[in-house]
Amino acid sequence: MLNVYDILETIRMIQDECLDIRTITMGISLLDCIDTDIDKACEKVYNKIVDRAKNLVPVGQQIEKEYGIPIINKRISVTPVSMLAAACPNQNPVKFAKALQRAADVCGVNFIGGYSALVHKGFSAGDMALIQSIPEALDVTQNICSSVNIGSTKSGINMDAVKLMGQIVKQTAERTADRECIGSAKLVVFCNAVEDNPFMAGAFHGVGEPDCEIHVGVSGPGVVRSALAKYPDASINELADIIKKTAFKITRMGQLVGARASKELGVPFGIVDLSLAPTPAIGDSVAHILEEMGLEMCGTHGTTACLAMLNDAVKKGGVMASSSVGGLSGAFIPVSEDAGMIDAAVAGVLSLEKLEAMTAVCSVGLDMIIVPGDITPETISAIIADEAAIGMVNSKTTAVRLIPAIGKKEGETLEFGGLLGGGPVMPVREKSAAKFINRGGRIPAPMQSLKN
Amino acid sequence: MKAVVTVIGKDNVGILHRVSGICAEYNANVLEVTQSVLQDMFAMIMLVDISAMTADFSQLVDRMENLGKELGLSIHTMHEDIFNSMHSI
Repeated sequence: MLNVYDILETIRMIQDECLDIRTITMGISLLDCIDTDIDKACEKVYNKIVDRAKNLVPVGQQIEKEYGIPIINKRISVTPVSMLAAACPNQNPVKFAKALQRAADVCGVNFIGGYSALVHKGFSAGDMALIQSIPEALDVTQNICSSVNIGSTKSGINMDAVKLMGQIVKQTAERTADRECIGSAKLVVFCNAVEDNPFMAGAFHGVGEPDCEIHVGVSGPGVVRSALAKYPDASINELADIIKKTAFKITRMGQLVGARASKELGVPFGIVDLSLAPTPAIGDSVAHILEEMGLEMCGTHGTTACLAMLNDAVKKGGVMASSSVGGLSGAFIPVSEDAGMIDAAVAGVLSLEKLEAMTAVCSVGLDMIIVPGDITPETISAIIADEAAIGMVNSKTTAVRLIPAIGKKEGETLEFGGLLGGGPVMPVREKSAAKFINRGGRIPAPMQSLKN
Repeated sequence: MKAVVTVIGKDNVGILHRVSGICAEYNANVLEVTQSVLQDMFAMIMLVDISAMTADFSQLVDRMENLGKELGLSIHTMHEDIFNSMHSI
């Protein structure tokens, strides 16, 4: 029997604490769209996406209404486009990006992810052309996201790709400098990328996934913070317990929505991603959860420990609530998308170095960090290499999404608006790592890779 | 299939009448009503059977929402599954 307190709790979570389903993402395989004629391939891509995803947005809206829970984003992830580009040598892969954009417009989704390449051990046909085309692709489209996997625990780090991605991130920012360098906000460099991630900008549909499936990404930092606020004097293990219980409830909601969407759309249910994804809205911040635990401001000493506990408790609570947990699952720490992180960065309490430490215990990496416009490609590459090393050695996903603020320096700001937020330009070290980056080659896979 | 209608806000004359009137209009049978003052707010919770409804569930949701706006109350109409899944194992 339904309990009055439970009903009111759910309504309060949704109404006052920004609880929502952050995204339902349809993963679509494009492997059957490969064609040596790029125009034919683009047509197949467009037709397949529109055919599979035409009802995604209406079904999402119907579920929103039925359960009274907002579903903020409806998105699509596709097979890494480099695999399609491989069949069309000497052709500009941007044609694929444009075909994806047309499909996004028709389906009404706000992002399609998968303008991607997986090069953790080396470049195969199509990879180089695709990576080189990323700046143009993100310039001429609005709703396409790109990601490149440059390392893994099993294969080590492809330092040639790391070097290249430093240049690509910078070029992407330069090409979109008139739009707050927005291109770089849609480009992620991964180590240990996951194949069923529903969150952007890093979503792509892995080759081991079924032809079409539905993933759900839940959210709810505001709910966790409010739950902790009720226990100002609780011990840390009591806080961990509260977070687990809250994460359980949030994830159950995600499971319900995912199962329903899967049934309505007639495609298999993939995974629920248990991530606490913040937004710049008041009351929807991961930093504020850490502060609720007892930090005067996020970024101060103790932040890494608080985040480690939060990340672990979210997983423990969520894992029993869903039939299939996957994706990135943990706490996200995107600076420009989190009101508390922005405040801490502006105050100079949250530094790039602290964020790097935090990425060793959170679910992803250096995310949505605005850096000075005069940053060199080699410095970007070095930041990517550091972050990838953390992921490689700890057998976890790490990512870098830096936005070089072209023409701006420390103290100035970029404003992207919407869920991407905005924030201050954060300082980076001036000393060069160019010699290290220019050596090229590969960092060999660590001992952790030898598990068989 | 059941839905939960919650009305939260300042007490007033005729709220129950108006809400149940809309239910009757769509042939949604009222099964249970709980009304109380909780956490400093007036709260009415109504469990309705929506399996024999004469219209789409989303129409009922919209009508209730508009009624809420008209009366200055927060009215939510949600499928019971969301509460069951979140609060019971």
